[in-house]
Amino acid sequence: MTENENTTNDPIIICEDVHKWFDDFHVLKGITTTFKKGEKAVICGPSGSGKSTFIRTINRLEEHQRGTIIVDGIELSNDLRNINLIRQEVGMVFQQFNLFPHLTNIKNITLGPIQVRKMSKNAAEEAALALLERMDIADQAYKYPAEISGGQQQRVAIARALAMEPKIMLFDEPTSALDPEMISEVLDVMRELAHSGMTMLVVTHEMGFAREVADRIMFFDEGVVIEEAPPADFFDNPQHERTKLFISQTLQH
Amino acid sequence: MENLTFTQEVKPPDTKKGPVKWLKDNLFNTWYNTILSCLALVFLFFVFRGVLTWVFTQANWEVIPANLQILSIGPYPLEQIWRVSYVIYGLAVLLGLSAGIWDGLTRQITVAIGCLGAIILLLPFEISVREQTLIATVILAVSFAIGRNKHNWKRWVVVGWVLSFPWTMMMLHGFGGDTISTTLWGGLLLTLILAAVGIVACFPLGVLLALGRRSQLPAIRWVSTVYIETVRGVPLIAILFMGNVLLPIFMSGDFQLDKVIRAMIALTLFSAAYMAENVRGGLQAIPSGQVEAAQAVGLTYPKAILFIVLPQALRAVIPAIVGQFISLFKDTSLVSIIGLLDLLGIGRSVLGNTDWTGLQTEVFLFVGLIYFIFTYAMSHVSQQIEADLGVGKY
Repeated sequence: MTENENTTNDPIIICEDVHKWFDDFHVLKGITTTFKKGEKAVICGPSGSGKSTFIRTINRLEEHQRGTIIVDGIELSNDLRNINLIRQEVGMVFQQFNLFPHLTNIKNITLGPIQVRKMSKNAAEEAALALLERMDIADQAYKYPAEISGGQQQRVAIARALAMEPKIMLFDEPTSALDPEMISEVLDVMRELAHSGMTMLVVTHEMGFAREVADRIMFFDEGVVIEEAPPADFFDNPQHERTKLFISQTLQH
Repeated sequence: MENLTFTQEVKPPDTKKGPVKWLKDNLFNTWYNTILSCLALVFLFFVFRGVLTWVFTQANWEVIPANLQILSIGPYPLEQIWRVSYVIYGLAVLLGLSAGIWDGLTRQITVAIGCLGAIILLLPFEISVREQTLIATVILAVSFAIGRNKHNWKRWVVVGWVLSFPWTMMMLHGFGGDTISTTLWGGLLLTLILAAVGIVACFPLGVLLALGRRSQLPAIRWVSTVYIETVRGVPLIAILFMGNVLLPIFMSGDFQLDKVIRAMIALTLFSAAYMAENVRGGLQAIPSGQVEAAQAVGLTYPKAILFIVLPQALRAVIPAIVGQFISLFKDTSLVSIIGLLDLLGIGRSVLGNTDWTGLQTEVFLFVGLIYFIFTYAMSHVSQQIEADLGVGKY
């Protein structure tokens, strides 16, 4: 299955010639692309290619220095109100989970809804428990992040992002810090989320997941998208030499 | 599958030792260790014998009970001492209620203070002192009983603690025509007030300065840095002098700040600079991913700092913060340099009395003991807080 049944034609993220520098280092060299509502895009490429930086510009954890990014009709600018509005619409899952170690798992999840969405404590906890149930870790609600496994922590982190009821989910190498046996439990949750119709941008090296779930695979190298295609074309008929090399290397093991 | 030897539980080797074995292994294991241990024992024996002989046969402890009142409250007028009692009663009510509502540490502290009261009752103090102590202890116990499980009173008790400071100052100073000048405040009373105010005020100021020093805004960062570096570069005595001598010159003639207030301000401003650096150490220990994760769920930067960064940062530096508090408590003794009679200052003035000349050792030992009791209590409480918060666990 290449084209997901949930994908629509309405654009939700529009990037026009996005540039970014870290001091003198040109990380993003003019990214132009559009993501449709419900689309699942997998972003891959060698380390240092700018793929993480790119998805971090979508919720302004990194500031782009040239070009425009429009998320759900709001242009990302220095206006703090716009940034906060977009961050409420865009959930993010990090490679290192970044759970709040001083709060229980359920408080990690309810913090955003209570403080930002102004939800009542009871309603937020009820929603959080439902999410933990969906992640299959309802029994870990009142433990601290350090008391549960890495795979469980990453699922709490996904629940934390989903609690804000985002329209878009960004995943920044969500399984790279996990032990091999815990990767599949996180991928299962992401697969389920994909089928529910969420718009997802996933930076990952999990090519099996990419082939199965993605509508489009974008290959980044040195700050530019050098190839993008549906998974079938991408894996079986890569056009670019760099892509061919990458695929042969990642599929070897 | 009969042969399951590999699943047998293997017990860890026994590492426990009896005291005799411990002595043999650690103090008398070689001939030179045996000699060193014997020499140390002889040395300790003579030191202890000397100290105990002095304490029980040579020291003249009369100086302490005779001056207990002045060591406690300084030259505060005796006919006004009911004011001090009322302050203590008020604090006893608050402490008792708090212990009833919050269990754990608050209750432990309260029980310790209650026991202290009971001990004072049994010691041969003057009747009036024991009477006041009895009333305070009873108030403490009664409010504890009333406060038990009254969880919806929490907010009011916190308000009460906040109001306890102006209440204390007003009670001690008096209002209307009948006032007691702060120049008459002294002894342990003054030491405790200075320390309490300094500790409570320097903490939020220090946190703000630490955040300011890490601010993105150059003006705020610059002001905080200059403040911290300047204050840290000046001795506390110099700041106390400046507060005492320079401040009155700058202020207009009609409005003069009280000497005790000036000392409070100087102590607070001084400690805040050190507090800021302690807190900044904690802030730097928090990975940037924490703020990013907080912002990714939509929290504004101030809320991310308040809910995510500060709780973790402060928890990490509790030992340093309490160290700062202890140091501040002892630094209050420097106010005698600007003519205030704190506990140590009063001790010295007692020695100026011809009746008690030559009794420095007794007086200073007693004063030192009081300082030790308070600082040790602070240190103990901090360890309890660390244990309660699970510092180092996660």
